[in-house]
Amino acid sequence: MSDLYRELILDHYKNPRNHGELDPCDAHAQGQNPLCGDDVSITMNFSGDDVSEIRFTGRGCAISQAAASMLMELVEGKTVAEVAELPKEELLDEIGVPLAKNPARLKCALLSLGVVKLALHRARGTALPEEWAGFEER
Amino acid sequence: MSSLTTPTALDVPRIRADFPVFEERFNGRELAFLDSANSSQKPRHVLEGLTEFYEHSYSNVHRAVYELGERATAAYEGAREKVRVLLGADSTREIVFTRNGTEALNLVAYAWGLSELGPGDVVVSTVLEHHSNFVPWQYVAKRSGAEFAMLGADAAGELDLEQLDEIERRGRIRLVALGLISNSIGTVNPVEEVAAWAREREALTVVDACQAAPHRQLDVATLGADFVALTGHKMLGPSGIGVLWGRQELLSAMEPFNLGGEMIRSVSERETTWNELPNKFEAGTPPIAQAYGLGLAVDYLTNVGLDRIEAHEHDLTVYAMEQLATAEGVSVLGPPPERRGGIVSFTIDCAHPHDVAQILDSHGVAVRAGHHCTQPAMEHFGIPATTRASFYLYNTREDVDRLLEGLAGVRATFG
Ligand SMILES: Cc1ncc(COP(=O)(O)O)c(C=O)c1O
Repeated sequence: MSDLYRELILDHYKNPRNHGELDPCDAHAQGQNPLCGDDVSITMNFSGDDVSEIRFTGRGCAISQAAASMLMELVEGKTVAEVAELPKEELLDEIGVPLAKNPARLKCALLSLGVVKLALHRARGTALPEEWAGFEER
Repeated sequence: MSSLTTPTALDVPRIRADFPVFEERFNGRELAFLDSANSSQKPRHVLEGLTEFYEHSYSNVHRAVYELGERATAAYEGAREKVRVLLGADSTREIVFTRNGTEALNLVAYAWGLSELGPGDVVVSTVLEHHSNFVPWQYVAKRSGAEFAMLGADAAGELDLEQLDEIERRGRIRLVALGLISNSIGTVNPVEEVAAWAREREALTVVDACQAAPHRQLDVATLGADFVALTGHKMLGPSGIGVLWGRQELLSAMEPFNLGGEMIRSVSERETTWNELPNKFEAGTPPIAQAYGLGLAVDYLTNVGLDRIEAHEHDLTVYAMEQLATAEGVSVLGPPPERRGGIVSFTIDCAHPHDVAQILDSHGVAVRAGHHCTQPAMEHFGIPATTRASFYLYNTREDVDRLLEGLAGVRATFG
């Protein structure tokens, strides 16, 4: 179970990428995971169809914060459509640790992705897929 | 250190042998289960007794005329009597079975609160409460136009009773809801003193004893409370069973809670009348086997001796606090061992509580991490969450040593 904390995760946790806040920004959303008390807030800017800049702030467990940091690298430079379609699996592959047997921690890992989807949905009106519906209620 | 040298009268190895879960191996090791405040493990006496009950005595209660029905009813009502004795209550009419502790507290909030409270009234809860003794009061206060007041605590997590004077100036005090032992940091609250204060103001006291009943001898009269709530799964019993004790005259005068079968005396289009106590508050088919199982758990606890259990846990708490004081970066929340139950909540400077719990799991140590359903208390301490170790009759100093070993692992990963 400690392989949850492989080097890459700890590195992102201790040295988060794209940490901060864009002000002004084109899109913003925030989300919480009530289990861990994780909290992630994401701001983005668009340039044409691209997500040109993305930043996050947050607090919480290493999984949620490292996943948010990894997501920044995944998203920046992609088109809005690509990010709207970005499957969970791609982020989970990036995280690269076995979370399947650990649904609680899966929520930590996917928090930031849900927040990104919500931010896009609000700013660009892209559909918020059913699996992320819970994020809108928060 | 072996439990054999633990300076208490409890024969812990023998007790552990009664709990099948300790035969399991987790990551190759015996389980150091330090999460009983969340839910306890179950002894064979309860597990086997339940199987036997289902095999030989199960049917619905109170309505079957055949022999099986009589056995089931006797088992269910027998459990009520055991709980009555456990709490020192006068009558089984005062013992209401519920689904859990949460439902017991909601019962009072809805049945008493919604019809008794109104503008100008004040309901008091505390910053240390579990959400189940906080949110219902906040909610019924809002619904009824009463004021909700939260009694605060000091830096050590002990209630600041001086605030009661200020709270009293806000209106007529009608009810004070407080826990006997805080589930998130372990504080033992001065319930008798608060109940006496409430009584002088003709206000009621609701005591959440979910964390106390499993670990110490209680007596409802001594507490001076009007209602006491407990939950079975934290005291070696099954989940799905809770208890509300209430003073008979209050329960009698109260509106019902859930409505339906079993709780009525007669029903017609024009009017429905309520059953006698405690059935008035037990609508529908109750948790039959769960109540019986709770009775078995009470037998087991009484047999071991709640005083000895309390002393044993105190010893472990003192030991754990000594050990944690030497651990780098660890801060323990809450009062000194003299005024705390068997609960030790802490933070470690290098890691989030959930990551701590996860790494401890890889060492075969089970603890809880989170806000423990006490967000106001977490806010009071200015933290989102803690890691919590809690003790019960089957724990040993070795379990505490395993905790410390696991925390060294946390340092190695995150430090
Ligand atoms: C102090 C306290 N009160 C109430 C409860 C609620 O008990 P239950 O979850 O069984 O309803 C708990 C346990 O979660 C608790 O620790």
